Amino acid sequence: MVVADITREQVFEWLREVPDPEIPVLSITDLGIVRDVVIGDDVRVALSPTYSGCPATEMIEQSVIAALQKHGVDDITIERSLSPPWTTDWISDEGREKLLAYGIAPPEKGGGKRALLDGVRVIACPQCASTDTELISEFGSTACKASYRCVACLEPFEYFKCI
Amino acid sequence: MSNDEQLLAYVLRLGDNALITGQRMIERVAGEPELEEELANANFALDYIGQARMFYSYAGELEGDGRTEDDFAYLRDAQEFRNFLLVEQPNGHFGESIVRQVLFESFYLLQLQALMSGGDQRLAEIAARAEKEIRYHLRHACKWLVRLGDGTEESHERVQQSLAQLWHYTGEFFEAESYDGPDLQQLGQEWNKQIAATMDEATLLLPEKQFMATGGRAGQHSEHFGFLIAEMQHMQRAFPGATW
Repeated sequence: MVVADITREQVFEWLREVPDPEIPVLSITDLGIVRDVVIGDDVRVALSPTYSGCPATEMIEQSVIAALQKHGVDDITIERSLSPPWTTDWISDEGREKLLAYGIAPPEKGGGKRALLDGVRVIACPQCASTDTELISEFGSTACKASYRCVACLEPFEYFKCI
Repeated sequence: MSNDEQLLAYVLRLGDNALITGQRMIERVAGEPELEEELANANFALDYIGQARMFYSYAGELEGDGRTEDDFAYLRDAQEFRNFLLVEQPNGHFGESIVRQVLFESFYLLQLQALMSGGDQRLAEIAARAEKEIRYHLRHACKWLVRLGDGTEESHERVQQSLAQLWHYTGEFFEAESYDGPDLQQLGQEWNKQIAATMDEATLLLPEKQFMATGGRAGQHSEHFGFLIAEMQHMQRAFPGATW
């Protein structure tokens, strides 16, 4: 396919099919890490890393290249966009609903200012929606999640930390 | 040194501090007292190594000789590393690692916050990313320090001892840099204020004014450093150019 025939919207649409390797229910566009797509001599995709040490960064880049190649695009440049730094506020509303349906409590909005904030958080259980929940561990299966337990339905669940 | 060389040296130093801190934390993986700490420590170590990669990539671009982040991490000798002596100190017992992290991260966080509004655009971007993470790490380390300092007689005694042992490595934070970066005098005042408040909450006594160790900036390390990089660089030294 000739690069000139591709539109930016089309590329965004294709990238909606690329899952986040750690939370595959989310696509990378739901996660808000696709910062920009520029069509020129090649297709440039700017991606924001979530955490500096996120081990999925390289894998996501490879998945983006593979997804575009599947649609016949060969000239691809991936850029890492550091600024402004990614925040959980960039997770789309659709992404938040997907997280909830998957059993992960989504982050509150307003993360940029109150990154990984101190103090009292009210986290609703993704199973029964009770707000009577307690923190088990600040750290979970991945850097971006904490472990909680619902006191009402006794179900343990993960919470996507607000950053 | 030209301005560019000064910036390069400064960026490398930031990378070295992050990498060596990350390496020390990795040494603790599978040795933490509980699972939550295990996850926390591994996550934090990954953040540091991610930050080191960003600094080293920038350093490679500034230098312009095609050196990559791997070249900086794995193919330099001890005397070419310019990290603070504090971050290379052995982990010791759990409380000792916590004291080291509180001392270093209190400084590093202030340094990153200053760089965010500093003159170098790229450093400001990396700092903005890293600052969020270090704020979180520091909060975690401070909570532990309070628990240990204000805990049992033994835990109090042991972290108090660690503080006395590590204190003389903190003078290096405020040694003049050749790069015209954050105002170190201002940082020093803020750091002293914060550390005093943290130690007070942890019921620990600040050590008296004393001799301050120096040498990190000149590549003169403590005896522990050789062992640290021998392990860290082993694969690249034994199998040069190995990839996977």
